[in-house]
Amino acid sequence: MRNAFAKAVTELSDVYPELVMLAGDIGNRLFDRLKEKHPGRFLNCGVAEANMTGVAAGLAASGLRPITYTITPFNTVRCLEQIRLDVCYPNLPVIIVGTGSGLSYADLGATHHSMEDIAILRTLPNMHIVCPADPTEARLAVADALRLGRPTYIRLGKKGEPTIHAFDPEFQIGRGITVRDGSTVAILSVGNMLEPALRCAEQLHHHGVSTKVVSLHTIKPLDDVLLTASFAEFELMIVMEEHGLIGGAGSAVLEWGNLNRVDLHKLIRIGGPDRFLLACGNQQEARAILGLTPQEISRQILDRLNGHCASGT
Amino acid sequence: MSYAAGAAHLASSLSCMDIVAVLYHGVLQIDSRNPTWEGRDRFILSKGHAATALYAALAYRGFLTEEDLKTYGKAGSLLEEHPSPKLPGVEAATGSLGHGLPFGCGIALAARIRGQRYRAFVLMSDGECNEGSVWEASLFAAANRLGNLCAFVDFNKWQATGRSTEVMALNPLADKFRSFGWDVCEIDGHDHQQISQAVQAVAIEKTQPTMVIAHTVKGKGVSFMEDDNNWHYKIPTLEEIQLAKMELGVP
Repeated sequence: MRNAFAKAVTELSDVYPELVMLAGDIGNRLFDRLKEKHPGRFLNCGVAEANMTGVAAGLAASGLRPITYTITPFNTVRCLEQIRLDVCYPNLPVIIVGTGSGLSYADLGATHHSMEDIAILRTLPNMHIVCPADPTEARLAVADALRLGRPTYIRLGKKGEPTIHAFDPEFQIGRGITVRDGSTVAILSVGNMLEPALRCAEQLHHHGVSTKVVSLHTIKPLDDVLLTASFAEFELMIVMEEHGLIGGAGSAVLEWGNLNRVDLHKLIRIGGPDRFLLACGNQQEARAILGLTPQEISRQILDRLNGHCASGT
Repeated sequence: MSYAAGAAHLASSLSCMDIVAVLYHGVLQIDSRNPTWEGRDRFILSKGHAATALYAALAYRGFLTEEDLKTYGKAGSLLEEHPSPKLPGVEAATGSLGHGLPFGCGIALAARIRGQRYRAFVLMSDGECNEGSVWEASLFAAANRLGNLCAFVDFNKWQATGRSTEVMALNPLADKFRSFGWDVCEIDGHDHQQISQAVQAVAIEKTQPTMVIAHTVKGKGVSFMEDDNNWHYKIPTLEEIQLAKMELGVP
């Protein structure tokens, strides 16, 4: 995902002469081509994320279109007040990109996990939150964020994720993308959970359960039309995210559902628990520990459909 | 304004009033008829709690009216106790310390990227230099040779609850910034000539950012406020206001 992002930024730097790339001492080689093409428009801001965010806001206030880039927890919660006051308060067009989100860097330990970032950033006024599902969505998300020109957080995975969209889907921030059609269960998958979500749908299919899968790439603003239709049409709604259950996309949908008076009994939220992950393991192993696997999620869905109370939701 | 609004930080405003006055009187290239003119110089009051000093200066340069000033701190007014981004002439929302210098770095850097010649001025308090982001920005400004960036430290030797040189090891302050790569000078922050001289060389061609350590007196100009840190938060009575006005020669 991060390679697709870097490639997109490099291409978009020709379209947007105002685009300036700021990195927190990371991904240097990723932007070699950008540095060649537009010297002066890539800045390594060092390991100083609060400053990088303030610099980005100052650039944006002066007519430029900065993108900040570093590992997710360092580019979000570490410099939260700069995001809140320098970017969101004056509503400046700064794009904040976190790489290695969720459990992408599971093996690096909890310092590098980000299971709280969506929860924290979505409370900020003016902020958009976008979680691309694959390299294609990552590329399209940057382009659309630049088009909209407002505070935007883009939550990337790492590198080597599979490309799921065979063709470029119509991508618009705030509009979910239907990846698979179905009629009984709707899975709203957030970011890099799309691949397990599709496998989950396949497993459910073998049990005779028709499952729709949507890439719910935008957590803020939520897709009202999609949610309204889904709660009306489906027996069960699943929000699936590599993020803690507290305050994440599932919570956002709960809040939406409460405001819009839909039947929230239909909703199952799948996400991480209220604890740090304190064991070695790569992303897949960490997902298995937390029950974020197609098998475990399918089991919960089938239990619920069969009238049993699903655990852990 | 402080009396009418029942708002604190009067002494903090008086401490930096001379610096703000000199900048707005004769240094800043700005135009109140075109507040967002791209080539304008930018001033950031990073010590946002001295907002009344900024508002007075903005009124002097025609960004605000005398009537606007009377709304300070009143319900619905844009003249908040810390400057909000919606007010014409306010370049950055401040109030939380340590935000102005990074923001100013971005503004200064944008001039170079966009081929413009304007300058960015940032006014900080000494207590503000406790914030780590000030030092992050100091490293960044020097590394990126932001010659069109000029920062002031309003060094009145007080922060909210104690001597700024004792709460944290601030001294030797000039040496600290010098070792961080800044062109540093120390001045009497109430001497108008020294203030204008200190900023004369600030220009896009310069290879170092400029740091002006301005030695000041908190509550300057009012005998019973000077260097008395109770006035960081204290709100003056009507009698105290009348006395202060008399001392300052204000009608």
